[in-house]
Amino acid sequence: MAAVKFTLNGKSQTVDVTPQMPLLWVLRDSLGMTGTKFGCGMALCGACAVHINGQPTRSCVTQVSTVAGKTVTTIEGLSSDNSHPVQKAWIEADVPQCGYCQSGQIMTAAALVAKTTNPSDSDIDEAMRGNLCRCGTYQAIRQAVHLAARYQAQAKGGAR
Amino acid sequence: MKSLTNVNRRSFLKTGAAVGGGLLVGFQLPVRGQAQTAGPIKFNAFVKVGTDDTVTFEIHKSEMGQGTVTSLSQLLAEELECDWKKIRTEFPGVEPVYGAPMMGAYGSLSIRTSWQPLRQAGAAAREMLIQAAAQQWKVDKSQCRAENNTVVNTATNARLTYGALAEAAAKLPAPTGITLKTAAQYKVIGTSPKRLDTPAKVNGSIGFGLDVRRPGMLYASLERCPVFEGKVASFDATKAMAVPGVRKVVQISNGVAVIADNTWSAMEGRKALVIKWDEGKWANVSTPGLRQEWAGLAAKPGMSMRKAGDAAGAFAGAAKKVEAVYEAPYLSHAPMEPLNATVEVRPDGCDIWVSSQIQSLAQQTAAMVTGLPANKCLVHTQYLGGGFGRRGGADYVTEAVEIAKAMSPTPVKLTWTREDDLQHDTYRPASYVKFSGGLDAQGSPVSFSARVVCPPFGGNGTAVEGIQDMHYAIPNVAVEFTAPDTGTPVSYWRSVGYSQNTYFMEAFLDEMAAAAGADPVEFRRKLLAGTPRLLNVLNLVAEKSDWGKPLPAGRFRGVGVVANIGSFNAQVAEVSVTQGKVKVHRVVCAVDCGQVINPAIIEAQIQSGIVYGMSTVTKLGITLDKGRVVQKNFNNYDPIRIDEMPVVEVHIVPSRENPGGIGEASTPSIVPAVVNAVYAATKKRVRMLPIKAADLV
Repeated sequence: MAAVKFTLNGKSQTVDVTPQMPLLWVLRDSLGMTGTKFGCGMALCGACAVHINGQPTRSCVTQVSTVAGKTVTTIEGLSSDNSHPVQKAWIEADVPQCGYCQSGQIMTAAALVAKTTNPSDSDIDEAMRGNLCRCGTYQAIRQAVHLAARYQAQAKGGAR
Repeated sequence: MKSLTNVNRRSFLKTGAAVGGGLLVGFQLPVRGQAQTAGPIKFNAFVKVGTDDTVTFEIHKSEMGQGTVTSLSQLLAEELECDWKKIRTEFPGVEPVYGAPMMGAYGSLSIRTSWQPLRQAGAAAREMLIQAAAQQWKVDKSQCRAENNTVVNTATNARLTYGALAEAAAKLPAPTGITLKTAAQYKVIGTSPKRLDTPAKVNGSIGFGLDVRRPGMLYASLERCPVFEGKVASFDATKAMAVPGVRKVVQISNGVAVIADNTWSAMEGRKALVIKWDEGKWANVSTPGLRQEWAGLAAKPGMSMRKAGDAAGAFAGAAKKVEAVYEAPYLSHAPMEPLNATVEVRPDGCDIWVSSQIQSLAQQTAAMVTGLPANKCLVHTQYLGGGFGRRGGADYVTEAVEIAKAMSPTPVKLTWTREDDLQHDTYRPASYVKFSGGLDAQGSPVSFSARVVCPPFGGNGTAVEGIQDMHYAIPNVAVEFTAPDTGTPVSYWRSVGYSQNTYFMEAFLDEMAAAAGADPVEFRRKLLAGTPRLLNVLNLVAEKSDWGKPLPAGRFRGVGVVANIGSFNAQVAEVSVTQGKVKVHRVVCAVDCGQVINPAIIEAQIQSGIVYGMSTVTKLGITLDKGRVVQKNFNNYDPIRIDEMPVVEVHIVPSRENPGGIGEASTPSIVPAVVNAVYAATKKRVRMLPIKAADLV
């Protein structure tokens, strides 16, 4: 056991766990933040995506010791009221079916629209192809990412 | 437990309509006299109204993405005349009124079995609210009308909210002889309000089975024999117990479980187990061996499943003959949420928190394992992170209850890994089919024969549906079936037998069309006059896909149709094939599922079923080697991803027929639509899935 300190959704967080424990299980089991999902355990499906220092990262293969001193954002930290541009777009397009993969989809999309102001379909495919959805919401995801990019631009006050 | 599961599901599937009728009676059971605690007041099994003016609906069909939370609410809201924004939903426990002893969501039956009783439940509650308002105003209830969570006095325009009326109204007797609205009066049915569960699905708060947390809960991971039906011979837990966080190691009927302070410790402890297995009689099973064995079975006559005229005689005398063998592999369901269940066993009762498609089976297995009466085993239904038929079984619940019983009274959550999921599924069966078809000199089919070798479950029908019930008017037909002996567990997989047999049937029919020199759509049209709704979707998809008109260079079309789950579906796929690699660019789908409840959900389900089916064309297959499943995770069982998603266009036939199913409507016919397009592109027949690029170059 060892204490690991990092910033989680804007607040300082210290956990005392086995350093090799993946961040996914620290979030879900130790901290009770179950919005981040377990899907494969091998960085193959994207259900566990979180942001570490702003970068979309697979928490299922990220040892908690490696996030010491870093900033972690989970789906719970994206907004407190579904006001993030990606969440708004996901609601507008009614993307989720079962919804299990959607935390990971949304975190990946949020990272995309944060750095790419007007993503093309191929930008979206490239950024999102690591996120599996067995319900087949891909067409709605494409539509929602375009919408999210527009909301993001509006939020920044920049008209396109 | 597998045999119990299958027997129960089979018997239910045959009596689904009867259970729907049970609901009708059940919701009228009196609830008067029942102690009301704070919170919404119960009107009947499906409707509660709060004094705060909220309306709570009991959603008895599990939500796994197919939209029951929203679409069942629409059925209730249509008649209740409530405010859509004031609706709350919850999942009720297992009760006869909800379909027990087979309460669940399966067979694309949720809308079909809820269509009448839920509208009646909504109407009954509305009439009670109107009656209460009439009594308060001391007027005849004909002077009152319900709208938008209020009752209006049409003479005075006075209004009372549902919340204000709830307490008085719930005490009234449930009315009988209610006349439901006609289709022309629908305001909610046939529209697409936003899905009620979306907001909680975009912020991580929705609550799947895997998200359940109980005070003092421990976490389990279970090592099972890699060979089906194998048993533990002996094990050594010393190293596992040394892993930090591991609390206990227990043997259960299906393997050795490690129980720990968190999921990861349980998984790490499990890796440290040393187990000697008695692998049993299936330890030498391999996919090549099975194929060889099944080919031998297909050479011999099977059990007759459909016979008309003299297929063998007509084939012998046919002007043109077509013969082909088709094969499909075992498939895993692979829902995104790995299987799991959280269980607490106490001397006086048992609680099961689970994302289950058939809550009754979860309850029954808990009662069997614990010895408690079923009514002391309470199932708390969670949202399902995908089902596709996998969560209709209760094998994972049985495991969790056995572990929790050993740890009683501590609650334990059992979590399957993805490897567990792919290697210990109850699979869509593999199948081997030998076809022959005869045509006369004019190119009209005179005979059709199919010999199916496929492990059945829940009755032999699941092995042959999609071929046995094919709708083409061919005078001489023989469908035979042989069940091979195999230890691989098989069960319901989205669209069941239609998932492989529609591929076989529609691809072989394309071969017959080609032998006749006929256009594939035209060939089908001539044979479908007896099934007008299927013919209609074929004609619609041909029109909407511009069938017969030129395509961009390198693109080719294929068609497939199916009639299943009370609905009718036709698809045209546009594909290109480059160096053996198949790309699906566009899919046009026409569907007739009777009365539409929510067109947006129908469109989403069509897209969903297409993705689910398309993944099996080029990518997915479960193979066996030395009795073990070869595929381990999404690296070698890799469903289609967003960059492989075609543009999907959905055309819904307007209809006032009773609703059909939708969840399994589009999975079957995408497969032949794609492989028939591949034939158009390459002149190579795809007779085995998944397609390998080498087969097409």
